[in-house]
Amino acid sequence: MKRSNDPIFWSLFGAGGMLSALIGAALVFVTGIGVPLGLLVSQDLMRYQRMLGFAQHWLGKIIVFAVIALFLWHAALRIFHMLHDFGVHAGTGAKLVCFGLPLLCTIAAAYWVLTTGV
Amino acid sequence: MSAQMDKRRPYVRSMAGWWTRDPYYIRYMAMEATSVLVAVYAVILLVGLARLSQGEAAYNGWLDALKSPLSVGFHVLILLVFAYHTWSWFKIMPKTMPTIYLGGTKLPQPAITWTGVVVAVVLNLLVLAILMGVKP
Repeated sequence: MKRSNDPIFWSLFGAGGMLSALIGAALVFVTGIGVPLGLLVSQDLMRYQRMLGFAQHWLGKIIVFAVIALFLWHAALRIFHMLHDFGVHAGTGAKLVCFGLPLLCTIAAAYWVLTTGV
Repeated sequence: MSAQMDKRRPYVRSMAGWWTRDPYYIRYMAMEATSVLVAVYAVILLVGLARLSQGEAAYNGWLDALKSPLSVGFHVLILLVFAYHTWSWFKIMPKTMPTIYLGGTKLPQPAITWTGVVVAVVLNLLVLAILMGVKP
């Protein structure tokens, strides 16, 4: 039997779904509402020097990469299955878009996380 | 062979809009659709990371873009969708995880859902509290 690569995708789906469920709302509030409006958090929270320092620290790199990549792979699997639900069936095109784009974004995120402030 | 090409012209019930036929399917689709904004938010962060790597001016441009009323309003929508994602994620949790037995009886589904929701609320508030504590 051909070895399935499904477990990898489902693990990424599960990890992304769990991470976004556990801390996603707080992140969205802080980066998209709190910081821009100075609501509950300091308006300077995400200023350049601080975020650069965050992105230079190994823990910061892991957090930034994990959030971006796992959120994307979680969404990729759901969007891929949603296409099927709407009658677009799993072909090469659907797979290329649903898994190729997150793969590109993951590589880009890894590159920027590793090179920022070096 | 498509329905039109078949000489017998058998009745094939259209699948278009199948998910609007039952509130259960609508909730399923709403749950699946949260993923679109999860992806959009990840891309917003990815752009921020790219801008950060390009230097201070580029990064400040991204920060300014986040301040526009359109962006703030859009993030309110993303926030609502994330909240629904959190709820629906733990709502289906009892069906997606292996059954847990406690003293010979199955752990009831609402117990799993509510444990997850409480943990999520606590962790979200913890992240917020930590970030609120960061001095300017």
